[in-house]
Amino acid sequence: MNIFVCVKQVPDTETKIVPSADGSFIETSSIKWIMNPYDEFAVEQALLIQAANAGSTVTVVRVGSTKDTEALRTAMAMGADDAFLVEANDNLDSYSIAKALKAAIEKSGKKPDIILTGKQAIDDDCLQVPQILATMMELPSVSVVVGYEGSATDITVKREIEGGALEVYGVKLPAVIACNKGINTPRYASLPGIMKAKKKPLTTLSLADAGVSEADRRVKYSNFQLPPEKPPGKKFDATDAAKMGGVVKEVVGLLRTEAKVI
Amino acid sequence: MAKILVFAELHGTHVKGVTLEILGKLAGHTVEVAAIGTIPGEATADMAKFGAAKIHSLKGSNLDKYSPEGYANALQGFIKAGNYDYVFAGATSLGKDLFPRLATKFDAGMVSEVTNFIMEGDKFSGTRPLFAGKCFAKVELQGPKPYFVTVRPNALGMNANPTAAAGAVDESAVDAGAIRAMIKEIVKGTSEKLDLTEANIIVSGGRAMKDAANFKILEDMANVIGATVGASRAAVDSGFAPHAMQVGQTGKTVAPSLYIACGISGAIQHLAGMRTSKVIVAINSDPDAPIFTKADYGIVGDLFQVVPLMTQEFKNLLGK
Repeated sequence: MNIFVCVKQVPDTETKIVPSADGSFIETSSIKWIMNPYDEFAVEQALLIQAANAGSTVTVVRVGSTKDTEALRTAMAMGADDAFLVEANDNLDSYSIAKALKAAIEKSGKKPDIILTGKQAIDDDCLQVPQILATMMELPSVSVVVGYEGSATDITVKREIEGGALEVYGVKLPAVIACNKGINTPRYASLPGIMKAKKKPLTTLSLADAGVSEADRRVKYSNFQLPPEKPPGKKFDATDAAKMGGVVKEVVGLLRTEAKVI
Repeated sequence: MAKILVFAELHGTHVKGVTLEILGKLAGHTVEVAAIGTIPGEATADMAKFGAAKIHSLKGSNLDKYSPEGYANALQGFIKAGNYDYVFAGATSLGKDLFPRLATKFDAGMVSEVTNFIMEGDKFSGTRPLFAGKCFAKVELQGPKPYFVTVRPNALGMNANPTAAAGAVDESAVDAGAIRAMIKEIVKGTSEKLDLTEANIIVSGGRAMKDAANFKILEDMANVIGATVGASRAAVDSGFAPHAMQVGQTGKTVAPSLYIACGISGAIQHLAGMRTSKVIVAINSDPDAPIFTKADYGIVGDLFQVVPLMTQEFKNLLGK
């Protein structure tokens, strides 16, 4: 099978986000970049499918800046065979990213049997790219997938919806599957894996090679700013057992009379 | 004037709250609503009350259950025929899955999960959180129309003085087309309560809960005040709660009117996921826990003593 995985590189979850001085994006100079956490599930799923289908290849595709290639190196260290990078700014919108991913997949010369992604990237949190990519490629797709089983041609996937309920889909491959936490447990890259990854082929394309231009931008962002700081709240000491009852009564009372939420 | 459609999601006999929030926000514009299937009377009345001029009930085969392709095909046909400029929906499981597909069928753009927006004449501009709410940005749409927008549940709030409209109901036949990813069954979740992303009140537990069984005291409180129970990443990673309950950057971003954090220290990625809650109560034995910097009401104390006392106080207050 020709297995593709789309990954994104995002700021580490511990990152303190600072808007750039002109508000056009965020300060990116001192950010530690990681593979989008949901994409790790996609890479792992690709490797599991590869292991179950002899002769399969896993190709990783990413659109983003070249300041750091952490995400692609991690994916190849985990076991992916080769990678494509479309060089672009980190503030592209979902439509442009999906269009560039599609172009890179097509330029690989391999016809995809399955394309795996994370369910969302934790930078812009749009939850759009897998669905856009599937629609552009005219492939069926299921998002927020927490369960996967099947053959090289037919799969059954579980999509998580509200309240932890699951929609169980039967899908004929090729398809785009967007993975959520719970679908598997991603492996760690081994030291030999990391060494081997350095010799694996990485093909770089420009946005122009991918046929993407500013005319493809559909969503325009501006005025990045920090959320308004809340004024300090009220703090009560309930460490003393004798006072605890009174404190709790007071807070519950305030929730009704002052905050008006109960 | 822009031609606006709101895609309504039904839940039993009701329409989802976020649909009414969107309608209320669009007061002053002529707004039509479309929903798949038969629309119950109660839902119709609510939507008319919040300003739906026309309500379109879309019917066709293979639409009794959601399918990404079936719904996208059906709505594409309807939206094209109606020549709409803007199409809104709630950023629910369904809205988030469907709208990017629908927008792409028109080669059009979509803005995900705005927490506020304005329509100045024909021009939309919205505000949305990025990096799980660590920052916000202004968003606008460009390129081919129609423009698609999803709105985070509970973010706009209900319009207290909505402008009612006719709410005339009609039926349109739509075509689901070919469906390659079809639902075989739906497995119910463990909870019948509102999802975290739509809940008005959330009671959440952290690492200090120590054990999955201890979440019982949070369930007890939640049952009294009509809340949904959530968890921090630390609690999920420790196996106390499933990932579906996780609030934070790698879980769900929530905006309830009341968020009660029990034994949650307040890691940056958790705060990002719940900081837009209107009122935050924190219970933690560590007086220096970062969660207290975001709490409107902080209680320093042992959650295993404070939570049951609080549940009792809620019972007294609500006469339960």
